[in-house]
This record gives sequence, structure tokens and C-alpha cells, in this order.
Amino acid sequence: MAVLFILIPVSILLGAGGLAAFLWSLKARQYDDPKGDAARILSDEWDERPKPPQNSDP
Amino acid sequence: MADISAPGPYGAKLSACPACDAVPLASRVAESAIKSDLVLSLPTAHCATCIADVERALRAQPGVNSARVNLTLRRVMIDAPGRRAEEFIPILQGIGYEAHELDLSALSSSAAGRQGRDLLMRIGVAGFAMMNIMILSVAVWSGASGPTRDMFHWISALIALPTVAFAGQPFFASAWASLRAGRLGMDVPISLALILATAISVTETLQSGHHAYFDAAVMLCFFLLVGRYLDFRSRAVARSAAEELTALEVSRAVLLTDGAESIVNVADLRPGDLIRIRPGARVAADGEIVAGMSEIDRSFLTGESLPVRAGPGDDLSAGDVNLTGPLDLRVRAAGRDSSLSRLATLVASAEASRGRYASLAERAARVYSPAVHLLALASLLGWILTTGDWRVALNIAAAVLIITCPCALGLAVPAVITAASGRLFSHGMLIKDGTALERLAEVDTVVFDKTGTLSMGLPELVSASYLPLSLHPTLLAIAQGSEHPLCRAIAAALKGEGVVPAQLDRVTEIPGHGVEAEWDGRLVRLGRPDWVGLPAAAADGPVSVLAVEGHDPVTLHFADTLRPGAADCVAALRGQGLRVIMLSGDAEAAVARTASALGIDEFHATVTPQQKEAEVASLAAAGARVLMVGDGLNDTAALVRAHVSISPASALDAARVASDIVLMGYDLAPIAEAMALAKTARRRIKQNFAISVGYNVVAVPFAMLGLVTPLLAALAMSFSSVSVTLNALRLR
Repeated sequence: MAVLFILIPVSILLGAGGLAAFLWSLKARQYDDPKGDAARILSDEWDERPKPPQNSDP
Repeated sequence: MADISAPGPYGAKLSACPACDAVPLASRVAESAIKSDLVLSLPTAHCATCIADVERALRAQPGVNSARVNLTLRRVMIDAPGRRAEEFIPILQGIGYEAHELDLSALSSSAAGRQGRDLLMRIGVAGFAMMNIMILSVAVWSGASGPTRDMFHWISALIALPTVAFAGQPFFASAWASLRAGRLGMDVPISLALILATAISVTETLQSGHHAYFDAAVMLCFFLLVGRYLDFRSRAVARSAAEELTALEVSRAVLLTDGAESIVNVADLRPGDLIRIRPGARVAADGEIVAGMSEIDRSFLTGESLPVRAGPGDDLSAGDVNLTGPLDLRVRAAGRDSSLSRLATLVASAEASRGRYASLAERAARVYSPAVHLLALASLLGWILTTGDWRVALNIAAAVLIITCPCALGLAVPAVITAASGRLFSHGMLIKDGTALERLAEVDTVVFDKTGTLSMGLPELVSASYLPLSLHPTLLAIAQGSEHPLCRAIAAALKGEGVVPAQLDRVTEIPGHGVEAEWDGRLVRLGRPDWVGLPAAAADGPVSVLAVEGHDPVTLHFADTLRPGAADCVAALRGQGLRVIMLSGDAEAAVARTASALGIDEFHATVTPQQKEAEVASLAAAGARVLMVGDGLNDTAALVRAHVSISPASALDAARVASDIVLMGYDLAPIAEAMALAKTARRRIKQNFAISVGYNVVAVPFAMLGLVTPLLAALAMSFSSVSVTLNALRLR
């Protein structure tokens, strides 16, 4: 039975981790442009704003 | 680090700097809401190359901080302080992408996006809680007892209580609103079931009872939220597309101040302003012409397909289109009100008399909610009277509420509507109102407008064959000298035959009359019969006369082009046994010709907007369910009055706002398909009601007898939800 005291918190923590990841992806607006995101993987340009600061815009 | 710029479209070129790629984008994506000052619509963008091309071209522009394409919405958002959207349109056209400016004030996508994310977040929380509680519940169902069961119940309670409090909020809010309005909506039994199930489970847990319904409460929440989200999605997609149509009409006017031209927004015009209307532009405000001669296309306001002449002293209305010469206009009424003001009262009265349509789900809920409450109350009282045990009685009442909870109503109807709207959307129809499909299924009479709806409002040359072949190049050349619709029709017809234009000198357009030029020293005129010296014959359609010195004048005849699919659509509707009527503001002869071309027997010509509305109202009074299809301001009141209404995307904004369904393409054929699909969707909704009533008929007696355990409740609920959803998806 003692194993329950480990397994139950573990299962809940794993679930909570999944929930947190989902909420974060939602907040990060990753569902705003599903078609565009699917297409962008084919582009080898920098996708988002973040470019290394030392690089200037092309 | 190497710069990784200058890539080919998708080239196989690998990044020169793998480490750069490994930089977690994630943390930076988090605040990715690009500050978007300008929005352009990109109707032709469809792939990764398009994204790369457009973004690269825009970023190369000075003053552009960022540009990001949203391929789902087919828009690009540009952050470029101090620059104007129309400056970027030629740049994008230069690299082969069609672009249109969007009026940001007409878009509300950010609010809709927030609402969608809010619902998704609640779905996520409910889903997480559901799965974790289910793990614990399975242990209880398979025989955990004593302290283990109590502990599992406590952990479930710790997860379920905050979840129900958070994820159930949309239901609680709407139930509270409907109670305050004195109605018993669908959300009242839902909220009651959620609250009662959670409360009973907590008290059972406190007394280390055997049964707790935490899993059922949270699962209920999850399924119903999915239904809510589907419902929201289908409405949001249609609304954002409809808003985009509106936003495409960025309304600007040329304001004249002391002879100097400046571009202003139509909303900023004030009565008394002097504006210039260029040929081809739509009149932005009501007013009186002070200078200039031109011809005016009034088809949006009156349905007339023939242009009328206008000069100083004549009145113009917002929505008219100026065809040939520039006009200066003294504004009398400006802004959004002007074009609508005359019809606003008519539209308002039509709206008031139509009343609100109660959807199938609402009508079902009206019977369902009281029945569910009565059943729960009856089992509560019955068990108290027979056993005197409050705890058992409350437990059983909660079980009845959970079993009867309207999962099918809450999930099945949105699923059917979403599937049907999605299919119609791919056929180019926007369903703006959820109940529009149900109303469409009931239609037995279809009323069409003519100009702009069944016909394109564009003339087509029908008699080029009378013209000596030697004159074809001259005619094409002179027709190209004007943007008048008849000239454009001539040019289109002759170019289609491969005619090469002749060389003409001194081509001048005489606004309100025609075009004049010199050909080998001879005077050539194309225009109104009375201008070239012929009597203004009472022809049954638009005519134009070509007069070349030394030749007899030739009269050219035109006919209105039918919209593609119009004949098929009318035939299909009549094939479905519907009565088809055409009401037009155009002249008798033109209307009769269109009617006979389409096979419509019932038509009325020279109908005013008031008569249109009255006609639709009298049809409705006689018991007919009318579908109105129209595009002009003159149709707006009739569109509102009809049982359900459709307008083409080329319609005026006011008409599109007034109608329930917008047709995106040119083709009318989807209307007949939509009618058939609407009938299927309605049948599917009714089937789903039957399925869920069937479940209840079987399960409720067990629940009332106290034989339902949390395991059975969970099984019954998931089976009924999944089966109605699958049935709905068969529509795809």
C-alpha cells in the first residue's frame, strides 16, 4: 500500500505538468495559426522574432 | 555566428549554425503577440514559400519592425510605425501576391480569440481533472474499501472542487442569467447537476460513504465544455470571415478644401463638406452634385441595371457608383447613417415584427428542463416518504440529475451545426447565425432579387455581328477609352475574339455622353443614341451607338449577364418543389427577359424597397417560409423580414449584415446544395434527440430506483455523448 503514497502524487504531478504545458501553449498563442505553423517548419529562415541579437535583419 | 539569411524558397540549405536553431524559441514565443499596426488580407497565400516571400519582402522595407503572416486567416500583420498599409500593396503585388487593406476597426478577432482561449483553458483543466479522478475512481470501482476508498475520495474532492468551480463558470453564469430573466434554460439543470453532485459527494466523503460522483461531475463539465467550444468555433469562423468582408471596404473619400485634395476616412466627413468622386468610385455620402457631368450606376439602391445621367443639382446617395466623369459633391448626410438612414426605420420595423427564432435545441430544452427537475424532485420526495432517509434520497436525486443531464442537447446540436457549417464553408457559404440552417430547412418559397443577385449587373454585348468586320478594331480602340460598363463590355467581347485595337488620336471621354476620337482624320463617336444624332429609341435594354464619319451609325445591343449557376440554382430549387419568385426594381422588359432565361414564372418589376418588404411579409402572413436572396440596399428590409436570408459577397455591407448566410463565391449553385444539407442536418439533430431520449428512458427508471452506481452513471454518460457526436460527424 505504501507505494500508493508515491504513485498517486506522481500521477497527479505528471497530469499537472501536462496541464501546465497545455495552458502555457495556449497563452503563447500556439493555436492561433495552425496552418501557418505547419508550413513554417519547411522554411529555413528564422521563424519568430528571436534572432540572435548580434545578427541584424536580412 | 554565421548569418542565415538569403535562403531559397524551401531550399535544402541547412542552417550554418545548428546552435542557433537549438536556442529555445519557446521562451520568446511566449510574448509573441506582435504589435500589429497594419493588417493586409492575402487571399492567395497558401504555403511556406508564400509566408517566406511575403515576410522577407516586407521586412526589407524601411520602417518595418516586423511582419508576420497568419496563414489560417490569410492575413499579414505589419508593425511599421508611421507607414500606411496601401504603401505595401504594390510591393506585394510586385512579387505576385494579391493584397487588400483591411480596416482594423471592423475586425474583432482579438476578442473572439480571447473567448476561444478561455474556453479551451477550461476544457484543458476539466480534462486533466477528469483523467486523474477517473484513475482514482477505477480503483474504488474495482473494490478499494475502508480508509483507502476514503483517501481516494478525498484526493478526488481536492481535484474536483476547484475544477468544478473554475470550469463550470460558463454554465453557472448563463444559468444565473436565465433564472434572472425568469426562464429555465438548458444551463439550469446542468448547473444544478454539477453543484448537487459535487455537494453530495463531499458530504458522502465526510461520512465515509460508498459512492462519490466527483468523476461524473467533472466528466459532465468536460463534455459540455467541448460542446460549447464547438458552438463557439463555428460562430467565430463565420463571424471573422464576415468581418473580413466588411473590413475589405476601407472607406476613404477625397475631400476638397479650397481646391486642394486630401484623403480622409468616410467616418470623418461632415455635412457641408465638399468631396470629389472619381470615375469608378462608390459615392461615400449623400449629397448634391455641384460640379461635373457623369453617369451613375444606382443598382445597389434601386435595382435598376441601366446607368442614369447626373449633373449639377442632382442628388446622389451613398452606395451609388460614379461611372464616367469626376463629380464634386456637397455632403448632406455622412457616415454610416447616410446610406442606411432612409431604410433604417424600415429595417428596424421588419426586425421587430420577425421576432426571435427559437432553435430546436431551445424548444427541446423548454420541455426538457422542467421534466428533469420534476423527475429529480419526485425521486427525492418518493425516497423520503418511503424510507425517511434524507441521505439516500438526496443521493438518488443527484444520480437522476446526472443521468438525465442534457449532454446530447449540449454536445449533439453544436456538433451537427459545426459539421454542416464546415461543409458549407468549404462550398463558399458562410453561416452567420447558428439557427440559420434550421430555418433554411423549413423554407418553401424562395424570393430572388434580380440585379446583382441573379444577374451580375454587368452588361454583355449581344449584337457585334451586325457590325462590319472592318470596324471592329476601331470599336475596340474607342471602347478602351472609357471605364463605362458598356464600353468595358464591348472591349471584353472584342478582345475575346482576338481583335487588335486600331490606332486612334485624341480620344476624349465626354462625361454623360460617350467617347469621341479621330481615326484617319475621321470623327468617331461611341455613346448615347441622341448624342450621335439618332433618336433615343425606346429599346428594351441598354444600347450604345457607334458613329464613324462615312458609315451608317451602328446600334449595339446589350443584355444583362446572368450570374454563373443562376439557372442551375433556380432549376434545382424548383426541382425540390419550392416556389420561386423574382422581385426587382428594374424595368419590366429587363426583368421579363431575365425571368424567361431562368425559367421563373412569377416576377414583379419596378418594385420599391417598401413593396419588396411588404411582399415578403404578405407571403409570410399567408404561411409561407420565405428565403430571401438579395444584395442591394433596396433588399435590406426584405432580407430582415424573411424567414432566412442569403446575400452574395458582392452585396453592400448593409445587406450582408442583414442576412443570415453570405455566399462567398460568384456561383449561386451552393444555395440549392445548402437547402439539401440543411434538411439533412435537421434530421440529424432530431435523431440525436431521439438517441438521448432513448438513453434516458432506459437509464432514468434505474436511477430513480436507486440502482445506479457512479460507475453506471459514468458509462451511460460517456456512451450517450460519444454516440451522438459520432452521429453528428456522419454529416461530414
